[in-house]
Amino acid sequence: MLNITEKILARASGKTKVSPDDVIFANVDKVMVHDVSGPGVIAVFEKLKKSGMRIEKLWSPEKVWVAEDHFVPAADKISAQNVVLLTQFTKEYGIEKHFKYGMGQYGICHTLSHEEAMVLPGEVYVGGDSHTNTTGALGAFAAGLGHTDVAYVLLNGKIWFKVPETIYFKLNGKLPDYVMAKDLILKIIGDIGTDGGAYKTMQFGGSGISEMSVEERLTLTNMTTEAGAKSGIIEPDQKIRDYLAQRGATNYSEVHGDPDAQYEKIYEYEASVLDPIVAKPFSPENITVARDLSSVSLDKAYIGSCTGAKLEDLRAAARILKGRTVKIRTEILPAAISIFRKAMDEGLVKIFMDAGAMVGPPTCGACCGAHMGVLAKDEVCISTTNRNFPGRMGHVESRTYLASPLVTAASAITGKITDPRDVK
Amino acid sequence: MKGSVIKYEKDNIDTDVILPGPYLKIHDYDELAKHAMEGIDKDFHKKVKPGDFLVAGKNFGCGSSREHAPIALSYSGVKAVLALSFARIFYRNAVDGAFLLPIEIEESTYKDISEGDQLEIETSENKIRNITKNTIYEIKPFPELIGKIIAAGGLFNYKS
Repeated sequence: MLNITEKILARASGKTKVSPDDVIFANVDKVMVHDVSGPGVIAVFEKLKKSGMRIEKLWSPEKVWVAEDHFVPAADKISAQNVVLLTQFTKEYGIEKHFKYGMGQYGICHTLSHEEAMVLPGEVYVGGDSHTNTTGALGAFAAGLGHTDVAYVLLNGKIWFKVPETIYFKLNGKLPDYVMAKDLILKIIGDIGTDGGAYKTMQFGGSGISEMSVEERLTLTNMTTEAGAKSGIIEPDQKIRDYLAQRGATNYSEVHGDPDAQYEKIYEYEASVLDPIVAKPFSPENITVARDLSSVSLDKAYIGSCTGAKLEDLRAAARILKGRTVKIRTEILPAAISIFRKAMDEGLVKIFMDAGAMVGPPTCGACCGAHMGVLAKDEVCISTTNRNFPGRMGHVESRTYLASPLVTAASAITGKITDPRDVK
Repeated sequence: MKGSVIKYEKDNIDTDVILPGPYLKIHDYDELAKHAMEGIDKDFHKKVKPGDFLVAGKNFGCGSSREHAPIALSYSGVKAVLALSFARIFYRNAVDGAFLLPIEIEESTYKDISEGDQLEIETSENKIRNITKNTIYEIKPFPELIGKIIAAGGLFNYKS
């Protein structure tokens, strides 16, 4: 009667059974830091050393991996120094999996987690970033932590969790043409609110999820964070096995929920009635159908981030942009170098450039208002990213609308928020 | 623990507001403190005093996992945040890093407390005394493990 999350956490804490609200220490299989949380963890290490703790080695450096993604390519002197600090750290502690920009594969940490099969079904994976939830789409328990907690994991290999309740979202039927996983997750967040999943696991299943590609599933789990969830998860199936096998990973121990698994609540969605959705400023829960916003004029379209710049997101954007010209500033940043290369090989980059869009290197930069394309006061942006809080993408009086790559690309060519079904 | 209240009557005060993204590259705690709450209150840094308490609505600290958020508040002098509810990562960062106390309060307590009120928080008795209004509010005890981590002074000092 255990669901997949309870089974993973039971296995990781050496128990046969756990129940919601149990507090456990779970053994961790993988841990990730990036160029923001890494220096944060280093600061915790320094504080601990000052207080007299001896730190000589990590619990298991081969289970640790590092991404450079937020302030790269180095945005300024401080960011450059942070990247240097990160390199010193990985050298000192023998961490070999360090994805460095300008040295082959690199990209947004969550994108690498699946592109590089860094995390496998059944594992407990923690990362120093709130969107660590993303990787739960592979059938792992994946949760974000802060610097102190990640430092604790790096030294002890375990961390406490309160076993979450699970809410189950069942999608009946295949999503219609022009409707993407992004529309579904925005709809769900609109329904349950930005704290509707707080402290809980959001699990997705049903025939619509079986039909859905792996990359689209990752969009769902990614934005469970925006509903406050501890984790998002989907039971692994043949699509996941194939996806991982293409990336050289075949050796893992899948976990599945019992047939009579318990869920706190079950929500059902009929795919056929879903429309393209947009979240208005200043909250991901502030949703409406794209067609309601056709009078909103835009300054910029942004196609990027762990949420909205995977290969299929880029293909969706290209489908709209092909043979057309953008009317507003349009920036397209593939989420990892491997995706950038595939987009090039498929001719997507040419389509983007022919349309007048700018194509840039992988970075979290503009999504979190850090660098490379931040918004000015009063600028209005439509974006495939996951947050639109005040100041998230730049000036505190800028405005961001969240949407799928199809809606974002359609809006790029009209200059107003546009349902992709209305593009002539 | 005594202090005065800075109140934001608002739900979903997120980490982009508590410590905006551009400062994520900073890891000097005193420097971070200068930018605390910048997204909602430009004057916060000037008005906050050591020992102050923040009072806010539900889902305080939602958004990113940045530990910069409780760090910036803590190094501004904030000793506790009293909110209707907390986002999970903010809550555990506050507790595990021993930066400040995240205290859940009832709706009636939230409504009764005003900006500038003097409070005395007595977690051992699960009580908050409002000295200004001469009232006492009950608070729920911390969950067992959380209480132990707080008592130990953070996760690294906690021995299971």
